[in-house]
Amino acid sequence: MPRKSKIDCIVNNQPRTVEAYPMERLLDVLREQLNLTGTKEGCGEGECGACSVLLNGQLVNSCLVPAAQIAGCSIKTIEGVAVSEDQLHAIQQAFIECGGAQCGICTPGMVIAAVSLLERNPHPDEAAVREGLAGNLCRCTGYTKIFDSVVRACEI
Amino acid sequence: MRAYIPSYQIICPQSLGEALDLLAQHDGAWKAFAGGTDLMVLLEAGKLSHQNYVDIWNLKELRGTTVGDSRVTLGALTTYTEVRSHPVMRAEFPMLCQAAKETGGIAIQNRGTLGGNIVNASPAADSPPALLVYDAQLELISKSGKRIIPYAKFHRGYKQIDLRADELLMAIHLPRHSAQRIHYYRKVGTRRAQAISKVCFAGLAELDGDTITEVRIALGSVAPIPIRCEKTEAVLRNRPLANDTIKSAASTLTAEIAPIDDIRSTRDYRLRVSLNLLQDFWSRCLER
Repeated sequence: MPRKSKIDCIVNNQPRTVEAYPMERLLDVLREQLNLTGTKEGCGEGECGACSVLLNGQLVNSCLVPAAQIAGCSIKTIEGVAVSEDQLHAIQQAFIECGGAQCGICTPGMVIAAVSLLERNPHPDEAAVREGLAGNLCRCTGYTKIFDSVVRACEI
Repeated sequence: MRAYIPSYQIICPQSLGEALDLLAQHDGAWKAFAGGTDLMVLLEAGKLSHQNYVDIWNLKELRGTTVGDSRVTLGALTTYTEVRSHPVMRAEFPMLCQAAKETGGIAIQNRGTLGGNIVNASPAADSPPALLVYDAQLELISKSGKRIIPYAKFHRGYKQIDLRADELLMAIHLPRHSAQRIHYYRKVGTRRAQAISKVCFAGLAELDGDTITEVRIALGSVAPIPIRCEKTEAVLRNRPLANDTIKSAASTLTAEIAPIDDIRSTRDYRLRVSLNLLQDFWSRCLER
């Protein structure tokens, strides 16, 4: 039977060593070992995007990444998105201003997906916003205020 | 219910040779693990029966896109994101780019690989119909060497594929064409984004005046495997763009596919949509 092994990675710019079984989900490593509970579990099968994080700068569903594949990787979670203790990321600020968050479960994943979108395309049109967030489901907002938030963030 | 996580092993080999050695040991004891977008879903559902995996994600030999004079070669680990953003792919193989764009969201496209989509062998997968009409060839590698087979012969039955336990899918070859062709790809699911197909249709045509000189049609989710509809093609090939041609093709297609009722759709709906998509493809040919 496989044993836990030590895995080195960079999480929110800090070097971290976790101990995990090879098939343990990145989502569980983040939440249960590193206490980074901002990343949420929704569906657990790559449909809803609540567990979105950036892995080596790319948007991924952390429920679909086994711990064996994070060795040497750089991970950014919602806890690492703000510019500093005192300054939110433009996307976070815009979500507050435009009412982009309601119950909050999808919000960390939405914010991460939006941050990833703006890194690839700093001025997305509406179609690009919809496509960039297509993998993130929200059952409260009806999406419009989330799309408004992303457009607003481009102006901040 | 979720699987028991400690019982699963993943080994990360440092080279392709090391990965092939592992696959060659004990017949079928090890299986390849790439982006995990299918396998991790099974794990979560408690349905991932195989337990020992070789992580191939970092094998450089299985990555990259090479554009040659007569063909484009995609490493098996080429992600959907890479497929849809490659300029030559967009220009010459737009249906494959569209399939990549419509598979899951960005997060899935960053991890899901073309090779994984092929080897996972789901009849509902989105890239196979495009690969079939583009006459893709698969390059398979094992310790004992390489072999190249037509993708059209790869699927032998539901989830049955022509891949030995010691083999890896290494690359996908796509022949290039200079002729002006009509590319028609349409996926129909429950919603536009993030849905699994109820029916997926890929059609390719070459016209000379009012005659269809070459046509290829393939569908997903309407048979135990992704199918190329050669009988329907034969009805259309070298025929005029006329009403009785498409009527006859529709009745041939009805007999050629075998949709079923399942969790995602019904036999009747799938048949109706397949015929509608054939008609839509036909309309595109008429408009050209």
